[in-house]
Amino acid sequence: MPTNVVMPQMGESIAEGTVVRWIKKVGDQVDRDEPLFEISTDKVDAEIPSPAAGQLAEIRVKEGETVPVNSVVAVIGTAGETPAVPSGTVPEAAVGQPEQPATQAAAAPPAPAAKDKKQQKEDEEEEDDEESPRQKSSPLVRRIAREHNVDIRNIQGTGINGRVTKGDILAYIESGAAAPPAAAAPSAPVEAPSAPVAAASATVEAPTVPVEAPSAPVAPATEPTPGPVYKPGESVQIVPMSVMRKKIAEHMVLSAHTSPHVYSVYEVNFGRISALRDKKKAEFDAAGTKLTYTAFIAKAVIDALRQFPIVNASVDGSNIVYKKDINLGIAVALDNGLIVPVIRNADERNLLGLSRAINDLAARARAKKLNPEEVQGGTFTITNPGIFGALYGLPLINQPQVAILGVGTIEKRAVVIDDAIAIKPMCHITLGYDHRLIDGADAGRFLLFLKERLEGFDESS
Amino acid sequence: MRPIEIRRLGTLKYGDALELQKRLVEDRKGDRIPDQLLLLQHPPVITLGVKSKDARANVLASPADLERDGVEIFETGRGGDVTFHGPGQLVGYPILDLNPDRRDVHKYVRDLEEALIRTAATFGVTAGRQPGLTGVWVGDEKLAAIGVRIARWITSHGFALNVSTNLESFNLIVPCGITDKGVTSLSKLVHKDVPMSVVEDAVVLALAEIFDRQPVQAHQSAGV
Repeated sequence: MPTNVVMPQMGESIAEGTVVRWIKKVGDQVDRDEPLFEISTDKVDAEIPSPAAGQLAEIRVKEGETVPVNSVVAVIGTAGETPAVPSGTVPEAAVGQPEQPATQAAAAPPAPAAKDKKQQKEDEEEEDDEESPRQKSSPLVRRIAREHNVDIRNIQGTGINGRVTKGDILAYIESGAAAPPAAAAPSAPVEAPSAPVAAASATVEAPTVPVEAPSAPVAPATEPTPGPVYKPGESVQIVPMSVMRKKIAEHMVLSAHTSPHVYSVYEVNFGRISALRDKKKAEFDAAGTKLTYTAFIAKAVIDALRQFPIVNASVDGSNIVYKKDINLGIAVALDNGLIVPVIRNADERNLLGLSRAINDLAARARAKKLNPEEVQGGTFTITNPGIFGALYGLPLINQPQVAILGVGTIEKRAVVIDDAIAIKPMCHITLGYDHRLIDGADAGRFLLFLKERLEGFDESS
Repeated sequence: MRPIEIRRLGTLKYGDALELQKRLVEDRKGDRIPDQLLLLQHPPVITLGVKSKDARANVLASPADLERDGVEIFETGRGGDVTFHGPGQLVGYPILDLNPDRRDVHKYVRDLEEALIRTAATFGVTAGRQPGLTGVWVGDEKLAAIGVRIARWITSHGFALNVSTNLESFNLIVPCGITDKGVTSLSKLVHKDVPMSVVEDAVVLALAEIFDRQPVQAHQSAGV
């Protein structure tokens, strides 16, 4: 049976690839795993092995041509065989996918029962190397599959290109492995089957969306309702909520019900930050980005989160889930709502890198050009209630996080320093925190650390 | 934490380094060795990536000039266009297995950039990225070039960081085929000579941290 060779996906953000060289010619015999062609994406060139043994029957994409990921680039058949799909058409992502598992089953050595676990694992990973569309899955998913003795090939993936997501496999396991897989349930990390898996998911995938959050809305039936909102004949205008408005409403009610919120407020002297910002502004302008107070605050917050991991955590039943990654959410006000883009691995960035990320995400948030994954996986959020001059705010936590920082307005005030009155740019910072995990003393230490970092900001950081 | 063997190789001819990389990639595929980081300098050489068919058009110097200056030309299997390597430039070739959790070529390149940005930061230099242009930049000048090859998620080739490179050498070429930007070096940016060994240490630290690897010195017997 012929096998279609597709343009592999070499990374999450990669949508297309360029064939730079065919190592084999039409008519050549190839072995499974033998280098077949080379592709180029960005500044990276990669050598792609053949997914099957046979004769290279057809090359669909010439050297130098760029095609979308999963396009058929070549067909491998046994001698004399016709290709699986008519040639000469525009390459199409879905073409020939059903052939893939069958071909692999045929190519794989028989008698899987004889294999030991290790061998089986290696096989799975090898098959994954071939980027077979139906079996594509993350290491986490494969691990869950192994732990539950599930064959991923039996699962209908709902991810990109049929990728089996964590939600898919958990739904499959929950449905009872013998039963056909149910329609994909939205992933619910809190309900992951075992603690280690849940913990791993927190660092690896953390699929919960901050704004477009958990599927479990608060049951309104049990809530005391405030009575009729308007009387007949009253002059009102009724406008349905936008999708975003509904999500925010659900999410905020959920948060208020989930976390016992407590607040501490500190006052911070922004004199040094202000001076540093003036000093570095030109340098950052030259590097093509605007240096804002938010970048300084983000940097200091990241240091504080590293120092106090309990603030970068989640609650999972009776477990505390410490998030090893610092994925920093920055709330951005939109015309009719609010969105929280996330800077992933924010601790890997310096001040310039943070400035770039913040400005880029904020601009794209306002232009509604964020990718879904860019609002997911946050571990802590900064919001800016001071934007219109509020001294401080008392924000609600962005679930499933356990704390949120509100930054008030920065304005010059008379303050007492060494028994003298001075004029300094002052700012109130508020930490809203989940008292289930964080006590007042923890929050106090966190805020004190943050205050000291901001007031004595290390220029070299 | 996975180990990464650090091999400080001094000055090595481009062709010899290419052979060594090929051998190490095979050994890494066979899991006979851990991840590797080769740190070295090349004698003057111009290398062409596979990306651009007309990469040679970006070599400005005539063959006679090149021969007189003792500059070699190599066609390589890495990504990217044309670049120059020479004394004073720290070349790093990480041979890493990106399986199972780092299988994303963009992320890999961004991680290399991040390591070099952090390296620059340890010398007080604020470097960054240019949208759409791989490499590490200070303003409109390129501090480090990146070109990578991946086979079965084993990496080779890598980066070239200008430490005290004679920047005039770049006049032989159009670096990376980009015509409207310049090149710079750490020494130029900090107005003093930066010792190569100190930069090597900083690069090792940054890469180990970003890739979550434990650096170990390669055994002498495993050397070239």
